[in-house]
This record gives sequence, structure tokens and C-alpha cells, in this order.
Amino acid sequence: MELDNIEKLLEKYFEATSTVAEEKTLQAYFSQESVATHLEQYRPMFNYFSSAKEERYTKQVPLKPRRNYYKWISVAAVAVLTFGLYFGNAYQERKEAEYAYQETKKAFELLAQNFGRGTEKVAYLQEFEVAKQKIYNNN
Amino acid sequence: MKQAEFLNVVMPFKDKLYRLAKRLLVSREEAEDATQEILLKLWSKNESMEQYKNVEAFAMTMTKNFCLDRLKSKQASNLKLVHSNYSDESNSLQKQLEAEDSVQWMERIMEELPEQQKMVLQLRDVEQYEFEEICELLDMKPTAVRVALSRARKTVRQELVKKHSYGIG
Repeated sequence: MELDNIEKLLEKYFEATSTVAEEKTLQAYFSQESVATHLEQYRPMFNYFSSAKEERYTKQVPLKPRRNYYKWISVAAVAVLTFGLYFGNAYQERKEAEYAYQETKKAFELLAQNFGRGTEKVAYLQEFEVAKQKIYNNN
Repeated sequence: MKQAEFLNVVMPFKDKLYRLAKRLLVSREEAEDATQEILLKLWSKNESMEQYKNVEAFAMTMTKNFCLDRLKSKQASNLKLVHSNYSDESNSLQKQLEAEDSVQWMERIMEELPEQQKMVLQLRDVEQYEFEEICELLDMKPTAVRVALSRARKTVRQELVKKHSYGIG
């Protein structure tokens, strides 16, 4: 009687017309110790399904909200950027001032050189003066 | 929603997500990663979670889509999913029972099924969802679900009979 019923259920099962309750009956039947020999071949199927249901997800999930983290990162980034811009600008200005100073210095040096040449030439004039004095003294 | 509340909602079905992911991705590591990803995604949506009438169905659909995307991208980039969860044969050799062995065949047979049949079989025979729920989860028509399920079950039977008549194991 019971076997008859199981066979019918199996038929329905393979046509996918059985209900969940009927499938549970089948699973219960196949989880027994002894099963009719001609149904033995289906046993692995039902045993597998019940054993597959035992599998568990055991990993821990890190549920720490990430949003705060991003917020603080962005705050830090903005701060670094502002500081960077501020100090970067100051540095740039100092660099430029130094450059200007060096250029001016160069220009002044050039000027000084030319002045130097001028006084050198004036030294000859001195020579001329000396000679002139000699001539006057002789007369 | 607070973390504790969230966990209360999610805990009952997180194993189902994992099992579906594992069914599709085969590899345990991949399935764990996928499950974690899904749970984190759900967590990031936790403010709007009250609006979903069925969080479990929503999460299952997310898992399905995520895994299918994963498979597609692996295929596209010509990479094979690597799974290393082979059991250590030498260790279990002595206590290797016939039952354990048949579980391994079943696993192999299930791996061979097309994705849709895998999912239907997983949801119905392992998780014991009702047809309406499966229709909703997989976005399929009821008749399509029945056909896929029947086909999957018959394929499994056929393979098992083959094995059985060869007398392996």
C-alpha cells in the first residue's frame, strides 16, 4: 500500500506536478534504512537533496558601515589639498622673488662691470695729466 | 535599521543564498565571496529595506543575478572558475561510505545541468520553495518552471540509472 503510494508520488515527482508536502513524504521515505530494491536507485537523489540543505554559510560578514569611513577620508583629503595649495603658493612666491632678486643682481653686476671699464679708461687720462704736468714744468 | 535588526532579518536565509551561489558557482570560495557581496549590498540598502515586502525573495533574486553575471564575465574573459573544494581522497578512503560516494556523483550530475535547471532544482528540491515563489524569484512563467524542473529531475534520474546499472561504487 505504502509502496504503491510512493511509486505514484515518484511519477508525479518526475512530471513536476507533486506538491511540496508530497515531496517531503518522498524524502522521508528515502531517508529510511530500507527501501524497496527497485527504488534503491533514486535514493542518492533524495539523500543528496537533504544533505545539500545542511550546508551552512559560516563566514562572518563585516557589517561595519563604510560610509563614515569615506566621509572622513574626503575631509582629510580636502584638508591636505587646502594646506597644499596654501603652502605651495607661498613657496612658489618665494621662488619667484628669489629669481627676481638674482636677475636684478645680475643686471647690477653688468652695470658695475661697465662702470669698472669706464674708470679704467679714466686711468689713462691720469697718465695724460702727468705727462702734461711734466711738459709744463720743463717750460 | 540597526545592525541587530538587520541580522535578524538576514540570518534565516543567508544559508539559502550561499547554497544557491554554490550551486551556480560550484567553488566554495566563490560562493562565499558572492554571499558576502550580496549581504553587504543588502546592508548598504538597509534604509530602504522596510519597503520590500519579501526581503528573502529580493535577496535570492540578487544572488541569482550576481552569480549569473559572474559566470558570464568569467566566460567572456575565458577564465575558468577555480574550485579547490575537492575532498581529500586519501583521508576519507577508509571511512568512505557508499552514501558519501553517491553524494559526490550527485554533485557531479548537478554540475552538468544547465544553469536554469540547476536553479529550479536547487530552489525546489533543496530549499522546497513553492512554485509561485520560484516563478517570482527566477522571473519565469509557471509552466516554464514545471518544464525545467521535470527535465532536470529526469536528467538526474537518467544519469543515476546509468551509474546504477554500471554498478559503480
